[in-house]
Amino acid sequence: MAKPKLKEHLINRDWCKGCGICVELCPKNVLELDNENKAVAARPVDCICCKMCELRCPDLAIEVITEDDK
Amino acid sequence: MAIKDYIRERFFPHLWCSGCGHGMVLNALLRAIEALDIHKSDIVMVSGIGCSSRISGYVDFHTMHTIHGRALAFATGVKMSRPELNLIVPMGDGDALAIGGNHFIHTARRNIDMTAIIMNNRIYGMTGGQYSPLSGFGTMATTAPYSNIDHDFDVVELAKAAGASFVARSTTYHVQQLTNILKAAILHKGFSAVEVLSQCPEYFGRKNKMGTPADMLEYYKENTTTIGSKKKQENPDLLERGIFVQNDIPEYCSEYDKIIEQAKKTSGGKTK
Amino acid sequence: MINNIKFIQGNEACVEGALYAGLDFFAGYPITPSTEIAEMMSIRLPQIGGKFLQMEDEIASMCAIIGASLTGHKVLTATSGPGFSLKQEALGYAIMAEIPCVIVNVQRGGPSTGNPTHVSQGDVNQSRWGTHGDHAIIVLTASNHQDVFAITVEAFNMAETYRTPVILLFDEVVGHMRERLVIPEKGDIPLVQRLKTAIKRDVDYHPYLPREDGRLPMSDFGEDHRYNVTGLFHDMWGFPTDNPQVVHGLLRHLVDKINNNVHQIARLKEYFLEDATTILISYGSSARSALHLGSALHLAKERRTRGERLGLIELQTLWPFPYGIIRQKCENARFIVVVEMNMGQMLHEIKLAVNNPEKVFLANRIDGELITPDDIKKIIRLIQGKGV
Repeated sequence: MAKPKLKEHLINRDWCKGCGICVELCPKNVLELDNENKAVAARPVDCICCKMCELRCPDLAIEVITEDDK
Repeated sequence: MAIKDYIRERFFPHLWCSGCGHGMVLNALLRAIEALDIHKSDIVMVSGIGCSSRISGYVDFHTMHTIHGRALAFATGVKMSRPELNLIVPMGDGDALAIGGNHFIHTARRNIDMTAIIMNNRIYGMTGGQYSPLSGFGTMATTAPYSNIDHDFDVVELAKAAGASFVARSTTYHVQQLTNILKAAILHKGFSAVEVLSQCPEYFGRKNKMGTPADMLEYYKENTTTIGSKKKQENPDLLERGIFVQNDIPEYCSEYDKIIEQAKKTSGGKTK
Repeated sequence: MINNIKFIQGNEACVEGALYAGLDFFAGYPITPSTEIAEMMSIRLPQIGGKFLQMEDEIASMCAIIGASLTGHKVLTATSGPGFSLKQEALGYAIMAEIPCVIVNVQRGGPSTGNPTHVSQGDVNQSRWGTHGDHAIIVLTASNHQDVFAITVEAFNMAETYRTPVILLFDEVVGHMRERLVIPEKGDIPLVQRLKTAIKRDVDYHPYLPREDGRLPMSDFGEDHRYNVTGLFHDMWGFPTDNPQVVHGLLRHLVDKINNNVHQIARLKEYFLEDATTILISYGSSARSALHLGSALHLAKERRTRGERLGLIELQTLWPFPYGIIRQKCENARFIVVVEMNMGQMLHEIKLAVNNPEKVFLANRIDGELITPDDIKKIIRLIQGKGV
């Protein structure tokens, strides 16, 4: 199976509480907290689509959309 | 269905603090249910009181937010009267094992088909950080300002001793394992007890200098290991994760159906 | 026909009444003097495909019946003194969440473990105010097995009508005494079934929006509508809120739905009231002694033209207390004597109800023995200044 290719990080800024779990646990250091303390994908090109940020988000605020996703 | 189809989106963002593990348990649970493709109307979630118990307000199932410690007793009434429904009972550690300890061991002993999720954050969060039966000796809490002298107990050992036919443990760090365990627990016919170590950065974490939410997750990674691993042999202090018990023993509702058959036979169809 | 006549305990009469009413789920815990109810349920319920559960404690029993009621079943638990104390928090939950259920308390002596195998009527006020917070409650009782049967059926009817817990407050003498019961034919006593919503699946359903008549159509758990049930103050969908307007409205609704229907809920029996100068007011087993005395004196009066003009009001609805009815019926009495086996729990309400509270007296026994007609007679003589 080919490696999944990133389309986008869908981040719900209303739901994100800025806990930093996605930022600190991302294996490729893709995410950052912005000056409003919300998660943003600062380096999307580095994303390997492991989706751990999505699975670990306590606020259900991140979705990693890949080309394979409908 | 996407996991968002299983929640009541209008109540989000949820009330849990930033970095709270309970949102991660919700996340994993929704993925487990989505993977099992269970219809929302076939699930009843019964919760008690506390931070963890607020989970029932966020899911689009039949939901019952009850009183402190008694969720399993309410759930027993629902399950006995409608055995075809899937019962999920999320509880906090104080809810399940202090005020609700009696119901926990007896529901396990009865082996009635439901999934109990013990969201263990080692603290009473809703009331502001008092020590729970799982805080552990030497921890700090608002009611243990000089250090806690209460010993904790092992939820897995307790559930095993009480006769639970499915016993497992995972953490919010190990979300994929957690999702798989929850799937197995829901599918298991009998009483399933799943302990989830779930971080409380706001109270337990702060009082005990555990660092950021991510630091607390790293702590779970460093201090746990899979059941029977080599790491466990080398370091017996590590807490094991995985499925400890998965037994096929008579389930309560099914056994009661046999009682009904027997009673109908002996009464010869007469009801008076 | 002969099958319908039984010589049984009051606790068994209660079981017969509950089954007649359509009960099919019971959860309980053994406790004297109510245990026979659980024992009989364990035999009878599976015979009709119903469910009996012996739970780990009184609290769990109360919780289990609430859960079962939500799936559409008629439910009951039975207990006595200490067990009734343990059930109070969950009872409040059923009041707040408006879940129909019936709770039997076969009273024994208290406080605490008290006098388990002896009679008392000491839980009258606990049944009214046992759970915390403002609320209204329906509490019914009876003094003989035919009435125990009928009032048990009534309890289920009222639980469904008002979507509320109803308490059956019996006592040890009524519970354990054996006497005749004739079980009515099906249909002789009308039954109220659960009012279910007609709202279709996927159409917005408001589980906590009362109709114009105050009733709330329900949707069973597991059926078409997924909603939330909570012990917190909640909106019409059942979701928690602390909006002052909603909190105020819900509490008013919970109290008004019962207190505005006092006349529909009030059940009492009257004996020899027409020309009574002294009125006895009693309930439960003490009303049997009062009736015995009243009947004896009534017969004597007919024989001798002269004699005590003694009437009796037997209360079957204890709460909501029918103040207006009692005031009207006691208007012409010179003496009102409240016969009960406690320190005067109904006495207080009756003093509040009547125009002249100074003419209300207590005839009681609190030693675990049934108050006798002779006891009452002596106390009446004292009250009337005649000496014993």
